[in-house]
Amino acid sequence: MSSKGGFTMPKLAIGAVALIALLATPHFLGFHHQDLLIFLTINVLAVCSYRLVTLTGEWSLIHAVMMGVGAYTVALSVNHFDLAIWFTLPLAGTAAGLIAALLCFPLLRMTQFYFLIGSFAAGEAIRLTWVEFVGVFGGTSGLRGVEAPVVWGIDFLDPIPYFYFTLVVVGICLLILYRIEHSRIGLTLHAIHWKAPLAESVGVNAWRYRALAFILGSFFVGIAGGLKVHYLGSVTPNQFTIGFMVFILIWVIVGGYNKFYGPVIGVVVLTIFDESIRSFEVIRPAIYGGMLILSILFLPMGLESIPAKLKSWFGSDSASDEQALSDQ
Amino acid sequence: MPVLEINNVTKKFGGLMALDDVSFQVEEGEIRGLIGPNGAGKSTMFKNIAGFYSPSSGDIRYQGQSIAGRKPHNIAEMGVVRTFQETTLFQELSVFENVLVGCHIRSRSNLFAAILGLDRGLQREAEEKVAEVLDFMGLGERREQLASELPLGSQRALAIAIALASEPKLLLMDEPFAGMNPEETNHMMELTRKVQESGISIVLVEHDMKAVMGLCGYLTVLNFGQLLAEGTPEEIRHNERVIEAYLGGAG
Repeated sequence: MSSKGGFTMPKLAIGAVALIALLATPHFLGFHHQDLLIFLTINVLAVCSYRLVTLTGEWSLIHAVMMGVGAYTVALSVNHFDLAIWFTLPLAGTAAGLIAALLCFPLLRMTQFYFLIGSFAAGEAIRLTWVEFVGVFGGTSGLRGVEAPVVWGIDFLDPIPYFYFTLVVVGICLLILYRIEHSRIGLTLHAIHWKAPLAESVGVNAWRYRALAFILGSFFVGIAGGLKVHYLGSVTPNQFTIGFMVFILIWVIVGGYNKFYGPVIGVVVLTIFDESIRSFEVIRPAIYGGMLILSILFLPMGLESIPAKLKSWFGSDSASDEQALSDQ
Repeated sequence: MPVLEINNVTKKFGGLMALDDVSFQVEEGEIRGLIGPNGAGKSTMFKNIAGFYSPSSGDIRYQGQSIAGRKPHNIAEMGVVRTFQETTLFQELSVFENVLVGCHIRSRSNLFAAILGLDRGLQREAEEKVAEVLDFMGLGERREQLASELPLGSQRALAIAIALASEPKLLLMDEPFAGMNPEETNHMMELTRKVQESGISIVLVEHDMKAVMGLCGYLTVLNFGQLLAEGTPEEIRHNERVIEAYLGGAG
């Protein structure tokens, strides 16, 4: 929770190098990998927004569907009203946020496993609406022909400009999510997670804060869904099944959910790993699964805990003391 | 006007009568002891006052206003704050952050101010409040430590500090002396008096008779969910029914 140390010179330098590397990356990649890079950037927003929802201690299974809400909103608003991307993305977030706000009333009466099941059921209800209402949502084949946006004469069908655009949008969203987590609101969410009755006894309306986290998380994943459909040009109900939801969970857990950047590490490392074992073909899923099991066995606090672990193995006694404390 | 009025409060759990038509009043500025053998209904009474339960019948009035059945956070906003049995703290947060959560009511930042960083003034005010409360409770030196690292006495002091940060007018303390050694008990008694002297009325549920007799001017005794007796510590000490309730229960 504590965020000690501001932006020191070395940190700034590392940040600048990372940014330049990130901006240069698509130029060294083939078409297929440029696509992958864009989806990875979008998935970073999906996991970071999910983290906000989990801050109150409640894990939902509706996040993937909320991403779909954003995606369908964009597809419909482009196909029917030809709205520009400046309007469609906020609209995608707002639609997901509004549906989340409505779902708060039944869902937030539940906690833990009941909330998990309740959110899954609500999500499936929404997803199957897309399947069943063929006239509006196109059924199982979804909505197609969503034209790529053209902004200031730049065609976003081209992966490189669209990657930069995605990077800016996701960057802004991440900054906002970070600010929320490190504000008093974030502290209150943590407090509700650990001891809701104590927080309530000093005047915290726990229900409202749970709702806030759920609505905001849905808002940002709605934008992620919108970014996806703008690039892909189509959306189907199959993109947002429980299967994709499980991937979000895996990325968050393997990356580590105790720090803001844990889920980011999770989604980046696992995506690159999955891509790097592509040549193994039939045994690729087995390798991927095996890697997940090993990672959770040996790094239960996530990949994010590797530096602290290394420090405690090779560092001085004081470093290992710090580790012991932070493990508690 | 009494700060707290309990009027004919009954609380039933199925067929079990946890509180049976209990009435008493707490005067402004006093430390009222609420005692009784285990299972007498003291904690149930606390939960009813603080809004964690709502009474099956009867009314609870704070400063003349009915608070029965309101939500805990509403009641806290009105100025009635409880502490919890044992060490209910945000164990994985620092002492400073624990008390900062307690400042919620007085300095709440809204979402947009928090994102844009416009809540700095509010934030500074809250931090000053935290520093003040920590000094008041003698925890100033420990502000960066994790709550889970504190010794028992300091953990209990921190629990009270969290409550004080919300600026209550009536503090409900649930067994703050349980498990303490004599030295810690003495220190906690001093702190409790200091809280009272700062103008906060206190209702104290406690088994430690030394602390209760030393702190409270007036006692309310519950037994099997009913009001058994009321009086000064001296009167209660010699009350036949109270002696029977305690010794009868033990024998």
